[in-house]
Amino acid sequence: MTTAPETNATQESRKTPATPPLAAGFQDPVHDAQACFRAAMNAIARPGTRQAVDAGGLTPPAPLTPVAAALALTLLDYDTPVWLDKPLMASDAVKAFLRFHTGAPIVSEPVEAAFALVGNPGQMIPLASFNQGSAEYPDRSATVILLGQDFGAVQAVTLQGPGIQDSAAFSVSPVPPVFWEQVAANSRQFPRGIDLIFAGDAEIAALPRSTRIMPTEV
Amino acid sequence: MTDTAQIPDSVYEQGEYNFAYLDEQTKRMIRRAILKGIAIPGYQVPFASREMPMPYGWGTGGVQVTAAILGRDDCLKMIDQGSDDTTNAVSLRGFFEKTAEVRTTCETAEATIIQTRHRIPEKPLTGDQILVFQVPIPEPLRFLEPRETETRKMHALEDYGLMHVKLYEDIAKNGHIATTYAYPVKVNDRYVMDPSPTPKFDNPKIDRMAALQLYGAGREKRIYAIPPYTKVKSLDFEDYPFEIQKFDKPCGLCGAENVYLDEVILDDRGGRMFVCSDSDYCEERRADGHLGPMAADPAAARISSTGIDGAKTGETVR
Repeated sequence: MTTAPETNATQESRKTPATPPLAAGFQDPVHDAQACFRAAMNAIARPGTRQAVDAGGLTPPAPLTPVAAALALTLLDYDTPVWLDKPLMASDAVKAFLRFHTGAPIVSEPVEAAFALVGNPGQMIPLASFNQGSAEYPDRSATVILLGQDFGAVQAVTLQGPGIQDSAAFSVSPVPPVFWEQVAANSRQFPRGIDLIFAGDAEIAALPRSTRIMPTEV
Repeated sequence: MTDTAQIPDSVYEQGEYNFAYLDEQTKRMIRRAILKGIAIPGYQVPFASREMPMPYGWGTGGVQVTAAILGRDDCLKMIDQGSDDTTNAVSLRGFFEKTAEVRTTCETAEATIIQTRHRIPEKPLTGDQILVFQVPIPEPLRFLEPRETETRKMHALEDYGLMHVKLYEDIAKNGHIATTYAYPVKVNDRYVMDPSPTPKFDNPKIDRMAALQLYGAGREKRIYAIPPYTKVKSLDFEDYPFEIQKFDKPCGLCGAENVYLDEVILDDRGGRMFVCSDSDYCEERRADGHLGPMAADPAAARISSTGIDGAKTGETVR
């Protein structure tokens, strides 16, 4: 499963191993996962709201962030193929961490994935590349998790839809320039479509496909 | 049977259930289904329902949903037809007290998670609460079209004409829509959904409810959800608008009006009374000094002094 890169185990390479030891998972797997799930559930049930996630115990290998690692440990397992974007895929330590702790198969085709982790959201591939689900089984679509998100950005959009009382302002960065058009197109094909989770430093927010994007007039 | 007194303590020390009974992989699977269910309001997400230590029909779907979302700090309320003290509610509450050791309550306002069989509390729920429904048949079209392949296609094509024909036939036969419970609703202008066999009296409560609603059907292996503040419309016709049940009398014990009432048989000479189905609501009102027209009646006093809940159904009063 988690094979470290083959090296000639000389005395010297043992002193300075090629890969650092595997980072630990949740300290309390049952309750840490439950708390993280409740944050994710509240985020999806109330699109655009920020939900605190305590990923204090986690020190995953960069570029995987603690909050994204917490989401991965909470939601992924052998049933959920996961796709990683280039920066994450390039890190053997990240792949080893995910393989060991979740057992999720790492796939190279976005459309095959149930979950996607995006380490460099500014350069994210189009949302249409992911599995959108079918008209009969819209639940089989992908959930895309964007890492390193900052919720204080100026450029805001207005959200409407289930989970939002009237309308809500939401801002997040970094995202690709055409991101909001893609999200709007995603929600237009409801009930098909992907669901987005934004992972920040200590908070998450989410935009399920049911949320409509109303551009804010400036 | 083995005499339990003979079993050494070490047997009990060999292991205990995981928190809230389910194993972690099962919880993850259910949690993923819940997230997709919330993202597609009203759509029934298939999930790998587990066999639970209770028979189908006892709320195995609701129990699995509750077990997947429950945390140590939650305060759980269990109701069965509005009452905290009927068999189903008592046994499921005991199940979670034993396997999760969480705090439980009968007070609606105190609970963070309320698992319910066929009623919604009278007291409005808040955004901090989660309502979990036990669902027997999640597919609203099932009695009109038995084939799953067909109903799935009907949902995909938003082809709900058959449901309107059914309601129309109600009117043609009875002069009004005779469906009184499990009354079909349309969620977020898209999916027709069965709100579980709650009386249609409760349908207006699920429209734009502040609390998150999760529905679990264990035998049928489906989970669905309604996020807070989601538009939920009960199906009807322009000339036959949706109406809820009306009661001509207030609750016999607490005098509450505009609540759902249960009929209680008092004797074998035709004596009967109507009391709140929501036992916590009724008790709270009586504690606040509200008295209904029958509160002083000897038969009613016998019921209310032993706790109204024991007498919720006619069969317990003999």
